[in-house]
Amino acid sequence: MLTQQLVNGIVVGSVYALIALGYTLVYGILQLINFAHGEIYMMGAYVGIAVLGVLAAMGLTQQSLALSILLVFLVPMVYCAAYGVTLERVAYRPLRQAPRLSPLISAIGMSIFLQNYVQVAQGARDKAFPNLLSLGSFEVMGAHVSGLQVFILAAALAMMAGLQLFIHRTRLGRAMRATAQDRTMAALVGVDVNRVIAVTFAIGSVLAAVAGVMVGMYYGLVNHYIGFVAGIKAFTAAVLGGIGNVTGALVGGFLLALLESFWAGYVSAVYKDVFAFLVLVVVLIFRPEGILGGSTEVDRA
Amino acid sequence: MRSFASAPLLGLWFAFLALPFAGWRGALWTGLACAALVAAARTLGRVLRAEPVARRLAMAQEAIGESWEFMLRGTRDWRVAALVLLGLVAFPWVLDRYKTDVLVVAGIYVMLSLGLNVVVGFAGLLDLGYVAFYAVGAYSYALLSTWYGLSFWPGLLGGAALAAVFGILLGIPVLRLRGDYLAIVTLGFGEIIRIVLNNWDDVTRGPNGILGIGRPHLGDFRFSQPMHFFYLVLALCLITMFIVGRLNRSRIGRAWAAMREDESAAECMGVNLVHAKLLAFAFGASWAGLGGVVFAAKQTFVSPESFAFFESVIILCMVVLGGMGSVPGVVLGALILVALPEALRELTLFRPMILGGAMVLMMVMRPRGFLRERGLRLAEGALPPGVPREEGR
Repeated sequence: MLTQQLVNGIVVGSVYALIALGYTLVYGILQLINFAHGEIYMMGAYVGIAVLGVLAAMGLTQQSLALSILLVFLVPMVYCAAYGVTLERVAYRPLRQAPRLSPLISAIGMSIFLQNYVQVAQGARDKAFPNLLSLGSFEVMGAHVSGLQVFILAAALAMMAGLQLFIHRTRLGRAMRATAQDRTMAALVGVDVNRVIAVTFAIGSVLAAVAGVMVGMYYGLVNHYIGFVAGIKAFTAAVLGGIGNVTGALVGGFLLALLESFWAGYVSAVYKDVFAFLVLVVVLIFRPEGILGGSTEVDRA
Repeated sequence: MRSFASAPLLGLWFAFLALPFAGWRGALWTGLACAALVAAARTLGRVLRAEPVARRLAMAQEAIGESWEFMLRGTRDWRVAALVLLGLVAFPWVLDRYKTDVLVVAGIYVMLSLGLNVVVGFAGLLDLGYVAFYAVGAYSYALLSTWYGLSFWPGLLGGAALAAVFGILLGIPVLRLRGDYLAIVTLGFGEIIRIVLNNWDDVTRGPNGILGIGRPHLGDFRFSQPMHFFYLVLALCLITMFIVGRLNRSRIGRAWAAMREDESAAECMGVNLVHAKLLAFAFGASWAGLGGVVFAAKQTFVSPESFAFFESVIILCMVVLGGMGSVPGVVLGALILVALPEALRELTLFRPMILGGAMVLMMVMRPRGFLRERGLRLAEGALPPGVPREEGR
């Protein structure tokens, strides 16, 4: 039972962490909560379904499994990057100099718009995510672990490692860190701030797309409002770890999912979502800078 | 999106974006519609900006603004006010039952949006869980009425007071935090209340809701017809408008405005931020509580369904579209948003989408709403040109 909760928590945690990274990256640079981020994640899952539909129609899923899996992740990544960049261009960039409340309200408007656009275009009912990978399962210390769970964790870790490399080893990553530290100064030394912001949105959205496809594969069902709760929880994870802090988002994601998993297993499954909100409120009261926030200024990006 | 790309390119881009959701045909239509809209908007913009048109437009705008002001000033004259009141009182005699009922709903929304306007428009605190206080008011009256047979009028006060307590309880943890945290915490709070209402079967009867809530009565007179509720809600709305309007010009109203524009500066000028914030929360919440009690008494039935997140969004939308901080604007926004879906029944499916899009457009194009608050002009004018606004940090 205990190990089972642990396994479930880790899998869900990798999803939370991936989404939380998107919040934290954008927050680090713009000090803005991208409320529509959860919708990007939801749209990633839907694009994944669309891709699977096309692949199945072409008969590619039978012919080449590896290629199909690659495409099921790659196409939503590309699409969500496009969504993220467009979102920033339409709803946030015109409001760069506006009073604080304006971008927040436009972000909420965008979130409502996207969610209901998907509902109108795809119908209100749950959509099945076709099962592509039938990996076996095995037992570890009494816990049931499926191959898919291992795959999800591995894919998430790979994405996170890639992000760390990008932020710390590339020119653009350095520009991102500079912009996060001081936007005006970065612009003065020649960083194209608007481009950096667009790239940040693209990266966050790519991570969200991966999370969306993984959740689709994991639960096999997707609907247009999954982005809402997942968004709040990922945001909680980001705050828990210390918003604006990349490592913090990872820590927060896994920690929140584990806590939640134990809560659901031992206390009350019905009030699982309430628990996440309580965690958020408690963190905000007692340690608003999060677990890792404030201490590692250099890592902000 | 100016100087970004030409209309056909934009159309192509949005067609590409819509492809996985709308399919080939949908994407094609999306692309064409986008391209046409962008082209039309740009042409319109060019025409409107051209010298003679622009001048006349500015004059017209000025004239509309002045006549609006004139109308508002007019209502201060007791004769005009009496005439307007007479017109309002005559409504239910002219309209049928259904339309009167719609007006009652609109009145409840006017109260709610005026309450939220205090929090969002006056104090600049974005509350996304406003409907939670509405639910607190509605359920507290529902429970008190069905268990103890409490009558409406004490229930009205009780619901408002309880909602205010919840407002303060919610306000305390977020006092030290910036606005966006507040938004997400209030959102979470709204969801908590809804989940609890849905699952606490012993008390709230879960999704089944509570039936048989007592209707209000005055002496021997019982409120039962939509018309009766219309007068009740009308009275409450007028009281709300009066109080909120006075509040805006009061000492605490000015403190709120100062806090909204710049917290640090306000604090330096001696505004007690803790007081100001908690007061805003308590006041906004108590008005939602009032609305909730009236709603419960009118429906004689409450269930968690009426208090979904989307309800908060609609109320926020009323405030935003009408113009944050402006009392007549918010009233207008509430009336429009209630009347519009009645008029456009075929568009029910698209309503949330349109609302969301309207919020974005509104923020990008007219962040102060249709009817911007007049008082703010002074503040803006007082800022010498070239002084940058504070950047969000």
